[in-house]
Amino acid sequence: MILVQVAVGGLLLGAVYALFASGLTLIWGMMNFINFAHGEFVMLGMYVALVITWIHGGPEAFVPVATAALFLLGVGVYFGLIKHVTRGPMLAQILSTFGLALLLRYSAFAYFKPDFRTLPESWLSGTLNVGGIYLQNSKLVAGFVALLLTIGMHVLLTRTALGSRLLAVSEDRNAAMLMGIRPDRMQALAWGLSAASAGIAGALLAIGFPFSPEVGATFALTAFVVVAFGGFGSVPGAALAGLIIGLVDQISAYKLGPIYKDVVVYGLFVAILWVRPQGLFGKV
Amino acid sequence: MKKGNFLGAALIAASLTAGPALAEDVKVGAIYPLSGNAAVAGQSELDAIKLAVEMVNGNYPDLTSLPSVGKGGLTNMGGAKIQLITADHQGKPEEANAQTLRMITQEHVAAMIGSYHSNVSFTATAVSERQGIPFVVGDSVAANIMTRGFKWVVRVTPIASDFAKNYMEYLTDMKKAGRKVETIAVVNENTDYGTSIGGTVVEQAKKYGFNVVAQIPYNANTTDVSAQVLQLKEKNPDCVVFITYTADAILYMKTLKNLGYQPPMIIADDAGFADPAFIPAVGDISQGLMNRSAWAVGKPGSVSYRVNELFKAKYNRDLDDTSARGLQAMLVLADAINRAGSTAPDKIMAALKATDLNQDQIIMGYRGVKFDERGENSLAATYLVQLQGKEYVAVWPENKALAPLQWPMKGWK
Repeated sequence: MILVQVAVGGLLLGAVYALFASGLTLIWGMMNFINFAHGEFVMLGMYVALVITWIHGGPEAFVPVATAALFLLGVGVYFGLIKHVTRGPMLAQILSTFGLALLLRYSAFAYFKPDFRTLPESWLSGTLNVGGIYLQNSKLVAGFVALLLTIGMHVLLTRTALGSRLLAVSEDRNAAMLMGIRPDRMQALAWGLSAASAGIAGALLAIGFPFSPEVGATFALTAFVVVAFGGFGSVPGAALAGLIIGLVDQISAYKLGPIYKDVVVYGLFVAILWVRPQGLFGKV
Repeated sequence: MKKGNFLGAALIAASLTAGPALAEDVKVGAIYPLSGNAAVAGQSELDAIKLAVEMVNGNYPDLTSLPSVGKGGLTNMGGAKIQLITADHQGKPEEANAQTLRMITQEHVAAMIGSYHSNVSFTATAVSERQGIPFVVGDSVAANIMTRGFKWVVRVTPIASDFAKNYMEYLTDMKKAGRKVETIAVVNENTDYGTSIGGTVVEQAKKYGFNVVAQIPYNANTTDVSAQVLQLKEKNPDCVVFITYTADAILYMKTLKNLGYQPPMIIADDAGFADPAFIPAVGDISQGLMNRSAWAVGKPGSVSYRVNELFKAKYNRDLDDTSARGLQAMLVLADAINRAGSTAPDKIMAALKATDLNQDQIIMGYRGVKFDERGENSLAATYLVQLQGKEYVAVWPENKALAPLQWPMKGWK
């Protein structure tokens, strides 16, 4: 019975990882741009949720607000920073988002102070008891949203004209321009979507997780692993990888002890990449 | 001529009001972090030490149960006053090295007190040892400060082994009172702090005859603690000891509720559970949780209560665990100087070593102050406080309790 609970908990945690990573895979996997500030986007999503609770908004208010706010931030970051640095050398591109991460993190420190915060209780704070198995509402919703996002993004990218244009821009900017696509708009949209998904993830995570301005770093490493594991550019791959990592993480923590779980998770990660360097669903 | 007369008259007047003219001030050097990352804590502790000096130098008839306090100076030295020389070490051992040397060689202090950071105390005490000047450590708890065989250093504060012992004494008391306490689980984060205290708790638990059913080390920088909570649920211990930082402390309390498990008793080792964020976040679902604090304001009218009132009147806030430990250390030093009746370092050190105070002669939750051959306070101890409503209330030991102890804890139920 306890083992079932461990497995269910692992899958729910995996859903959170998948949600967290979905935005990253869009930028990293498709735009070939590493966004080191993704964890900070999630952190900002958490603080947007916090601010909304100050004016007595519940999850029905703070999840959409965080999504919208981060979408705007993503678009703003593209036009204010990314658009300019993509003309520079590769190293400048990498360091630009690293700098952005530090800027966002320490701005949050300055404004919100280093204290740990938690959101007040709401209708999403509780747990569901299904035949003795406890399911956290907020994680269930996170899992559901992760599934929706995964399907939505997959459909967007593979079945719609907009998705084709997004991919065309990432493949060959100049050729896309010759086809009449405006690359800036597409890139800005990709950054907006990526940041928006980080906003949703942050708002949902904040319900059950205490956070401080440093919280982005806690999640970011796992998110990078999830994207690489799932295969660059594959949204369903990231979702599956998130679930596998969550499950392995929890079962090894329960069976072997929490300090050994990272050994198992990263061991598995290295083993998979050894056999399939392109990740689970990635194309060579 | 006229001027000379006036000066002479003033001198005579001064000597009359200041008591015996021969009383010479005793200089004590206090070294704390007044800038840098621990400036707030350091300043607060120095404020407490200044109050201690004032309590010794001034007239406080209602505090005379504390030795050498409230009698207008050091009685054995003709009413001599203590003069505090302060220095800022900025949280840097090298700065402490220079400042301690300066205070001893330039200011000629008779004794030293300090210095918050363990690594700074480690360095400053070494300077004192070389110079042969007594050093009283009021607050730093690292074991290595006192394991170097130094002859000029004593430490008043309780350390990890004292806390662990207190936890086990508390549980033994509970067992005697008919509560079921046989099995214990220890959950500790896996850096220096958690590993050392966790190990000490396990060691003491075995010594006191408890069955340690699980010790679960984990990484504090974690996103999820469900596996740890489920391990506890499976072992179902009578008491869980948590040694954690802040985010993980909050996460544990939430996860206990989310997974429908409530241990009969939780002992929390300060740190994360004393963070100002803890009670607002999860206080409601952690009712009855035990924590440690060597300082408690105490009942209205008690000595500790009155000292806190003095502090509050002067600095507009309450004493806390750290500042109160500093204040107590300064009182111990002042008493030793008074008993030595001299500013000679060797006499003060001998008096320090001979210190023997009982529980009624101090303001802290220690059983008293008496130094062993290493200079550690062998009577050091801490109160246990319990989260009742929105604050921690002293509940153990019984003679210092401000509220009845609740067992089992209510937790999230």
